[in-house]
Amino acid sequence: MKSAWVLRGMIGFYIFLFFLYLFGPLMVMGITAFNTPAYPQAWPFEEFTLDWFVKLWNHRAMMEGLQNSIIIGLGVVALSVPAGLAASIIMSQIYHRARSLYYLVTISPLLTPGVIIGISTVIFWKDVLSVTEFTKATFYDGMILAVFGQSSFISAYCLLIFMARLTRFDRAQEEAALDLGASYPQVFWHILLPFLKPAIVSAVVIAFLSSFENYNTTTFAILADKTLVTVLAGEVRQGTTPALSALAVIIIGISLVGALVYEVLKRREQARTVRAQRAAILAERVEAEAAA
Amino acid sequence: MPVSSRLVALIVPFVVIAIFWLMARREAQRSQDPTRKSYFERNGTTLGIVFILLVAFWTLFLVVLPYLYMVVESFHPTLPPPKRGGPEDVLTLAQYKSLVVLPTGGTNVTHMGAFVFSIVASIAVTALNFAICYPLAYYMAQAGSAQKVRLVMLGLIVPYWVNEILRAFSLRLLLASKGLINQALMAIGLTDAPIDFLGNNVGLYVGLSYAYLLIMIFPLYNAIESLDKNQIEAARDLGAPWWRIHWDVVIPYAKPGIASGCTMVFMLCAGSLAAPLFLGGPRTLWFTSVIYNFFFQAFNWPRGAAYSFILLIACIALVMLMLRLFKVSLGETIK
Repeated sequence: MKSAWVLRGMIGFYIFLFFLYLFGPLMVMGITAFNTPAYPQAWPFEEFTLDWFVKLWNHRAMMEGLQNSIIIGLGVVALSVPAGLAASIIMSQIYHRARSLYYLVTISPLLTPGVIIGISTVIFWKDVLSVTEFTKATFYDGMILAVFGQSSFISAYCLLIFMARLTRFDRAQEEAALDLGASYPQVFWHILLPFLKPAIVSAVVIAFLSSFENYNTTTFAILADKTLVTVLAGEVRQGTTPALSALAVIIIGISLVGALVYEVLKRREQARTVRAQRAAILAERVEAEAAA
Repeated sequence: MPVSSRLVALIVPFVVIAIFWLMARREAQRSQDPTRKSYFERNGTTLGIVFILLVAFWTLFLVVLPYLYMVVESFHPTLPPPKRGGPEDVLTLAQYKSLVVLPTGGTNVTHMGAFVFSIVASIAVTALNFAICYPLAYYMAQAGSAQKVRLVMLGLIVPYWVNEILRAFSLRLLLASKGLINQALMAIGLTDAPIDFLGNNVGLYVGLSYAYLLIMIFPLYNAIESLDKNQIEAARDLGAPWWRIHWDVVIPYAKPGIASGCTMVFMLCAGSLAAPLFLGGPRTLWFTSVIYNFFFQAFNWPRGAAYSFILLIACIALVMLMLRLFKVSLGETIK
């Protein structure tokens, strides 16, 4: 009895340590965002201030970077979600001997360090776009290359998300639709796509977030432009200012709200499915009784 | 004029696709299955073309061709732009040799040292992360109640919304000589002078471990979660001590998850740029930082490309070796 109690205490202590490791640095950083000294300092706490948030707001490079990050994120979503979807559908239909090669090629960006993806993207597109002056002037652009570089591996994330969902697809649904006279494209638009909707939503979210916070690939592919993360990296390299802590506080705040909303929505959806199931069981019972 | 190596790289993937397409055609002709539908029949012409274009653009122009170009670039000499494609632009192994031999003739200790250090430190961090994460993953998967697990999961995910750079920054604040940990250590009198955590690479190891905790914990959790609780019960009833239960039951079962987590963490560590840049000591050289400098300071792209390729090959070789040792296939690892 006593050993079980000790064990539970040890597990609790371990989980406490784990989360201290996880949250400790962030909390300390959070405190520095509200403290006056210009060198980020959590202790002693001199005076409460919101100046660092104002400084952040007035930081032009960061705001420009934020804008670029959002544009690139949208570009990546527009490119990699359809690419991942198409790749997953072809994966399910492909000629079997080509399949392992196809799988290797589509998955390889996940096994490649991001730095290398960034470098190879720049080397390739610089060569290809240098063919004419016009293409070089118009398309050899950090924003476009960042979208290309990031999409290289984010499409693979999307592919995995879609593949996981597709394995649960009931082919009988497709056959039923075909027997009822639907064409194959109709099956795609009216059966497969609605079935994949949850996967599409998660692919969009994951694609945007991975793009937004990517550093390794972007720092090469972005060329002379900047994203929020590359600006941040520059700031951190140069020195330290509590304005960065302020940014982190904002991000944590947004993500906490996001997590809460997600949790509430999920609970609500669960409640709805439970209610629907109950209603279905009830209806069946009523029907059975009526038949009897 | 000899055929440019870059042109060859451009053509190779198309040839491979053509071969596979021809093989598929022959196979389709040979099989006499009347229910078999061709690709365009199954998807409709428009959708079929759109799918192929999307996938072709991705796999060819975003994956295969950039890789091939990088490899080709690495076999070229370092030349100013006007001389590219000229008579001096021949294939050479000079860039690879430069990792080992200095132009002056000595051994390139700096770069080889950076290479070995990156690989060894990445392995160490991977092992460290496994040790930290395994107990929590096991707790979440087998021991904890559903509600607690949900809470833990939420707690795990929230810090990871803060990006890598800011997390490195937060660790720097904590570990700096004026940071909170040194303040605390000095206040309780453990040291008189601040300990240089960043200079002696403690910051780097902590930063790498911290950055990829989640990458380790989720594969472990997924793998352990599907283990039947009865197996553990049976082992316990038969009198196995707790460590035997883990060693003989849980770990063999969770092997694919362990391999997957370790592979990902190792690859991410070896290829990471942020933690070494912001948390490494002033004399510490990570291999990706060397590559970074070739691109941004020396403008020596072929050499950067060669070093990148070496890093890639080394990572893949190590991962393959690890999978061999674990007796896990690559397909099981990436899911």
